[in-house]
Amino acid sequence: MALSRDQIAMRVAQEFQDGDYVNLGIGIPTLAANFVPDNIEVMLQSENGLLGMGPNPTEEQLDADMINAGKETVTAATGASIFNSAESFAMIRGGHVDFTVLGAFEVDVSGNIASWMIPNKLIKGMGGAMDLVAGAKNIIVTMTHADKHGNSKLLQTCTLPLTGVNCITRIITDLAVLEVKQGAFHLTERAPGVSVDEIKSKTAGELVVPNEVPEMVFA
Amino acid sequence: MAGFDKVVTSYAEAMAGLEDDMTVIAGGFGLCGIPEGLIAQIKTMQTKGLTIVSNNCGVDSFGLGILLENKQVKKMVSSYVGENALFEQQLLNGELEVELTPQGTLAEKMRAGGAGIPAFYTATGYGTPVGEGKESREFNGRPYILEESITGDFAIVKAYKADRYGNCIYRHTAQNFNPMAATAGKITVLEVEEIVEPGELEPSQIHTPGIYIDRVIQGCFEKRIERKVLAK
Repeated sequence: MALSRDQIAMRVAQEFQDGDYVNLGIGIPTLAANFVPDNIEVMLQSENGLLGMGPNPTEEQLDADMINAGKETVTAATGASIFNSAESFAMIRGGHVDFTVLGAFEVDVSGNIASWMIPNKLIKGMGGAMDLVAGAKNIIVTMTHADKHGNSKLLQTCTLPLTGVNCITRIITDLAVLEVKQGAFHLTERAPGVSVDEIKSKTAGELVVPNEVPEMVFA
Repeated sequence: MAGFDKVVTSYAEAMAGLEDDMTVIAGGFGLCGIPEGLIAQIKTMQTKGLTIVSNNCGVDSFGLGILLENKQVKKMVSSYVGENALFEQQLLNGELEVELTPQGTLAEKMRAGGAGIPAFYTATGYGTPVGEGKESREFNGRPYILEESITGDFAIVKAYKADRYGNCIYRHTAQNFNPMAATAGKITVLEVEEIVEPGELEPSQIHTPGIYIDRVIQGCFEKRIERKVLAK
């Protein structure tokens, strides 16, 4: 069965290593913070200028001067630091953030990503996404494998305006985990109960399938 | 004003000299850390044809959104404008221009502008619509695009505390773009929650030194919260 949003987030959290600095985009990526294994520590970076983002506040802790990049009220975790936007993007562009996780409309076999604009339809802007995909050491894209009409989001070539080129190495969808390398998607894991044939049928770009494709394991 | 004392007592004095078609750089992220009273003063002055450089454009009826409502803005330079229905409408009507700029590039454009650096190379935006028409160059095998810095006729900035000389500190994530904006204005106006006497702020804790600041005004802030989310 296809994974729920929470299950995708759980699989994302398995990628984190002890001591990682991680930036989580809006949506499914943010949910991954709820599933960090108990035996490791990660520190969340919010690009508006907070390293060490804590949970949302109680009514007593509520403070208009404490928000995250999604403009939601948050708290600072123990050991947090707060800084200006140039400093925040210096750590992103300078490759100091270990992991960034973000959503996308499309990804292609060259590691290109489109996530910020649908011409004549959506003109919200890219926020920090272009900086994040250009700067982070490891980027994971989370998304549904196909849109609600069944059209694949894993393409040979992206059709929408790009957010970044040649930068995506790993994709976690509701159906599969894939690596992007050598001009193809490489299937490494499938969601429990999802067949390789279903993944093939919903992957438009070139897909390399090994003989054995293990199912994802959830603790 | 005498010596380094930059305190003014009216918003009219604070924004004196603002004219039609000028460029105004504004600090703030969403509604967090915005110079509310200075924005309101621009509305009062009815200055038209402004170019506003700010990460966001407020929301309908609050923050910079009130200048859109009043049709005072010709162009916005921002990274994200998704919270504002009026913005979208004016853009589609052709009443408003927008230059969508990656958030880190925007911060760096302000920082570089204030530091006398006219342009810089960055990997951000290479191969995307942001890089179209811009010079590109490889360093160590990786392509980068040349981005020009930004300066403004005015910068409007919100801080927590300032002394009369303009030395200031920001509070929590209300810092955001404010320190960069402060450096990039020909005239930089600082609106603060509290003015203190010189010597009261610890020198090593100052975020923005007073040299960047031209005018300081005691503000009065609503501090509206855009997305109140509480612990479950």
